[in-house]
Amino acid sequence: MANDVLVVAEHLAGKLTDTTFELLGKAVQLAGASGGQAVALLLGAPELAGELGAADLVITCDHPALAHFTAEAYEAAVAAVLAERQPRLVLLSTTTAGLDLAGSLSVAWDAPLVSYVVGLDADGDTVVATAQIYGGKMLAEVAVESVRTICAVTAGSFPAAAGRRDNPAAAVEAFAGPPSLDAVRSTFVELVEPDAGDVDITAADLLVSVGRGIGSRDNLELVEELAGALGAPLAASRPVTDLGWLPKTRQVGKSGLKVKPRAYLAFGISGAPEHLEGMSGAELIIACNTDARAPIFDVAHYGTTLDLFDLVPELSQQVGA
Amino acid sequence: MTAVRIVVALKQVPDLVEELEPSPEGTDVDREYITFVLNEFDDQALEEALLVKEATGAEVVVVALEDSDVDQTLYTALAKGADRAVKVTGAGASGGWLDTHSRAALLAAWLEGQDFDLLITGVQAPDDLDGQLPAIVAGRLGLPHASVVVSVEVKDGAARIRQEFSAGRSAVLEVPLPAVVGVQAARQAPRYAPISRIRQTMQAGGIEEVAVEAPPPASGFTIRRLYPPEKTSHAEMLTGSAGDVAARIVELLRAKGLVRA
Repeated sequence: MANDVLVVAEHLAGKLTDTTFELLGKAVQLAGASGGQAVALLLGAPELAGELGAADLVITCDHPALAHFTAEAYEAAVAAVLAERQPRLVLLSTTTAGLDLAGSLSVAWDAPLVSYVVGLDADGDTVVATAQIYGGKMLAEVAVESVRTICAVTAGSFPAAAGRRDNPAAAVEAFAGPPSLDAVRSTFVELVEPDAGDVDITAADLLVSVGRGIGSRDNLELVEELAGALGAPLAASRPVTDLGWLPKTRQVGKSGLKVKPRAYLAFGISGAPEHLEGMSGAELIIACNTDARAPIFDVAHYGTTLDLFDLVPELSQQVGA
Repeated sequence: MTAVRIVVALKQVPDLVEELEPSPEGTDVDREYITFVLNEFDDQALEEALLVKEATGAEVVVVALEDSDVDQTLYTALAKGADRAVKVTGAGASGGWLDTHSRAALLAAWLEGQDFDLLITGVQAPDDLDGQLPAIVAGRLGLPHASVVVSVEVKDGAARIRQEFSAGRSAVLEVPLPAVVGVQAARQAPRYAPISRIRQTMQAGGIEEVAVEAPPPASGFTIRRLYPPEKTSHAEMLTGSAGDVAARIVELLRAKGLVRA
């Protein structure tokens, strides 16, 4: 209703995502301050409702079309719930599902949308959101004066612990799927799991990670040698795996894996928010990038602007390659 | 069967390699001295479209709103293999930041008069503060859509796409045409066009200009201020020769028991 904050819960392969709890914690805080309810909307997988105990209300909607995520089916269900409940604020994440839903819902529900939100507050009737822009090089403070607002929140912006509660939700309501769910045109074919045969970079104590600065596939040999000498797996930022130079199983970041090694060596990685999201929790981060202003140095503990092509062979030699 | 027609929407964005400063008004970046380049995700989208063209004989039409240095981007797309290039004029003339909802409105206005099967564009751009183009355009046109797509194949009136989720998982979906796809990465690295061929396309001209009436700003919010994030911490910078720095790094790793030697 008028002061409610609604979170679209996300789940993949039978598990609610961390971002769902991050959003829920924030929703509880904002709804509490404005006298509304924190509402979690759970599409498909009604058996997960018990884990959303931090919400005042869990709305479940189950339908064969919601068995797997498609933008079309999710959008049909969320739009129907929004039209009926008219919350003040809808929270999504800038995950794949969030990127798919936020824009089309902002059209369907006619609500302003702020994306890449990292800070969020209500100032009377105004929603004030702080959002990352230009790859995290700038922040924008945005004021939304509307009875309805959608925010797509960057993962890791709010603590997940605030959204986890062991008690069951105060109320669980089943929402009947709208007829539009019977007319969904997109079909799910299959879920492709990552290649299980490859090394698990999330289990490593030490990672040698490489980014766009490596320049070419042939140059990878250089860091492979160092990784070999250190007995560490080679990881990478998105551009390197997008180019197919390393498999996706090595990708650190939002669209890759979240890693928390005891030490993370970053070579030629500028530190886009997408990457930082996946590795900023490492105990020790050492970054090498020729651009002294690269955002990687804001999360690294130690840094150097030496050329990686000078530093890496020297390191390999000193650790005894 | 007639060839599939693919529209690829391209957008110019500030080159993030350069230093960005807030404008004097403090609500935009200072655009006076920055270079504008093609949004890297749009470059991936173009590559994926060209791969579909090679596989199926599809026609590829690139479209961009009038923006800084956009002609160069459109000619490059033609040189890479796009069949037609369209520049939508009459919008973004102010040269400032244009919200994604307004961009989507302009693009939708042009698309409504077009016969197309697929709109392929980058999954995101570094300045889409009010959301990403693919889902907003799809919402306006009432078309099925998918974002974070890493491959598109077209067959029998449908697109089989691969949509990526976190932790290396992806889903294969089948979406009937027409549809909108937001590309994260093409199946292969974007191709380069030789300078000589770009010059040839420039000499031949061939950018079609279409005027569309500019809609009012549509984001529905006000930017109060734009500012660089406060650095809460910064790395301790290691200086000296490569040998010196390497020795420090080895020492740091050894302190954690991660180097035996």
